[in-house]
Amino acid sequence: MNKIWLVVQREFLNRVQKKSFLIATILIPLIFPAIMAALIYLAKEQQKNASQEVIHFVDESGLINESDFKKFALRKFDGPIEDAKRAFSESGDFGLLYVPNIKLSDPTGISLYTKVNPSPSDVSDLESAIESRIREEKMSHFNIDQKILDSLKTNISIQSINLSASGQEKSTDTKVLFGIGMAGGILIYIFIFVYGAQIMQGVIEEKTSKVVEVIISAVRPFQLMLGKILGLASVGLLQFLIWIILISTVSSLVMGYFGLDMPQKEMMEQVANANEYNGNFINIITTLSELPVFYIVASFLFYFLGGYLLYGALFAAVGSAVDSPAEAQQFMFPITIPMLISYFALFTFILDNPHGPISIWLSIIPFTSPIAMMGRIGFGVPTWQLIVSMVSLIGGFMFTTWVASRIYRIGILMHGTKVNYKVLAKWFVMKV
Amino acid sequence: MEALITNHVIKRYAQHVALQDVSITVPEKSIYGLLGPNGAGKTTLIRIINQIINADEGDIRINGELLAPRHIGSIGYLPEERGLYKKLKVGEQLIYLAQLRGLSRHDALNKIKHWIEKFEIRDWWNKKIEDLSKGMAQKIQFISTVLHEPKLIILDEPFSGFDPVNANLIRDEILELRQKGSTIIFSTHRMETVEELCDHIAMINKSKKILEGPKKEVKSRFKSNTFAVEHRGDFSLSSADFQIVSNRHTDDGYIETVIKSLNGKNGNELIQQLVPLTEIHGFRERIPSMNDIFIQLVNGASDE
Repeated sequence: MNKIWLVVQREFLNRVQKKSFLIATILIPLIFPAIMAALIYLAKEQQKNASQEVIHFVDESGLINESDFKKFALRKFDGPIEDAKRAFSESGDFGLLYVPNIKLSDPTGISLYTKVNPSPSDVSDLESAIESRIREEKMSHFNIDQKILDSLKTNISIQSINLSASGQEKSTDTKVLFGIGMAGGILIYIFIFVYGAQIMQGVIEEKTSKVVEVIISAVRPFQLMLGKILGLASVGLLQFLIWIILISTVSSLVMGYFGLDMPQKEMMEQVANANEYNGNFINIITTLSELPVFYIVASFLFYFLGGYLLYGALFAAVGSAVDSPAEAQQFMFPITIPMLISYFALFTFILDNPHGPISIWLSIIPFTSPIAMMGRIGFGVPTWQLIVSMVSLIGGFMFTTWVASRIYRIGILMHGTKVNYKVLAKWFVMKV
Repeated sequence: MEALITNHVIKRYAQHVALQDVSITVPEKSIYGLLGPNGAGKTTLIRIINQIINADEGDIRINGELLAPRHIGSIGYLPEERGLYKKLKVGEQLIYLAQLRGLSRHDALNKIKHWIEKFEIRDWWNKKIEDLSKGMAQKIQFISTVLHEPKLIILDEPFSGFDPVNANLIRDEILELRQKGSTIIFSTHRMETVEELCDHIAMINKSKKILEGPKKEVKSRFKSNTFAVEHRGDFSLSSADFQIVSNRHTDDGYIETVIKSLNGKNGNELIQQLVPLTEIHGFRERIPSMNDIFIQLVNGASDE
């Protein structure tokens, strides 16, 4: 036990004392928002500065009104469509829109000729402009006033309320739960891969620098492996802790800055304009405040560590079997597959249907449960499922650690052997 | 008291037997040479003593006690496949390795101080291993092996891979450590170091022990009762007790004749016979070198 602790300490210090750790830990929470902000800014600027693309149009219906199209500059072509096509192909312009004389009840046959494929957003912009034009035409046709129409339009949002057995009501915003599930799942996914790769790299380094025989004459291979895994886990936890502190400080600073800087009047206006939005916002806030934060954070930490331990051992086994990271590729496949399955499942159906049978199964099977359960946790998971899932995750990582240690103890002493799955199986059953 | 006894140790692998009933006895405060060609099983035996792998059968005793994890602290091991953490600083590295052998951080620091004074490497403390030359790293490696003052030091091919300066340094340290009461086992196939350092040897070939004992005894056991005589002037020897094996002219103008004694006659009797026949300038009994014995045994075994 004492020796595992020594290895944990050493691994922890090795990583934490590196400059790269400091840089990554401090910069990542700053860099990501900065990159995102920069991208949004650039996109906005591009939109603002982009010269409008020119679209020629031939309108036989009399529906097109140039001012309806904000994104494009429309240039009317008088004459038959065949001439228009010729003129367009000689020009350097973006497209040619042809609106035949259509019936309002059956507006078909509208086409857009372009030299390059138009983006879906370009097409839908054009479509919606024409649609709204047709809608107006129809309205005047039926003698409907726009005001009446506006008054018909209502915006409702259903408030979802959890009714507990004791009759307590709890309102939730499913979007928040969705966000929590997604963020938790993605974090666990990234963490397992980044730190798993570090375990593997560490093992390969020990093997190639040949220090490993000196070490395992003093500690059991199992102790060395476990110490390495736990040491890196503690680095990861520390990194997360720093990130959480950094992000919350930075974001509260930024919010404070903008909040103070915003002119009173503008703010009042915004509040007035955003009545509807405000309702949502309040809902989000209440959902957040009513979420069992401790419950979610605790289960996040559990699945975070559990998943990491389960896969970390496998990464260590792979590292022990090979002589270089390039060779490790062949063994990464079976490790990556369950991770990818749970990652894609998270987006395709777990978050949409957290109580479906597949979601439940994926959140119980230890290889997929860390990510899958994080997707479900916010929506409320029956206690028995949570217990079964946690117990099988603990069982799962004990199992993978056992399997991995049997490969590891042999692998670290093997140099220059060509390793395949058959060899790994042989190592697994080999006596030491 | 014996520092180490292995008792009928057997180690089998799927395809072959690595050690077949190997029993060796290493006397306390000896320098014990474990000889044998590559692949004979030396490293397997050494790994078993270091508890890296387990013997299938047989037991191992250290100072009379059955080998157990607590002995890790009293063994120092320099493997053949050796290396250090490249990114770790010299000081931290030595402390870590000593701690793994059971030393406290404080004790480790004190002992390291002694060694860095001795090797005059004080300013290496904060250097990473990857920034040191190979020879420097070898010194650190050796320090890490003996830092915790092990009673039993096991060196697997200590002189291979070490440059001559470091090899000499290690040779001197081995002798000094023995002086201080440690027992040293080293495996090698370099016979000149065996000749120079060992007082006991064992030879392993094809996973079996084929020879063991004090070096002097082994050598006299392999004596072939031949004598080399340097003389001036040819002679012929007609005797039932002695037989000329070969002769050759030496660089300095003498003739060296090798004579084998047949009926247990000793050197004095040969000299008596030779005196009337020739002018003797040199006379010595031919003692086989470890190299001769080694080659004779290994070749003999493969001739079987």
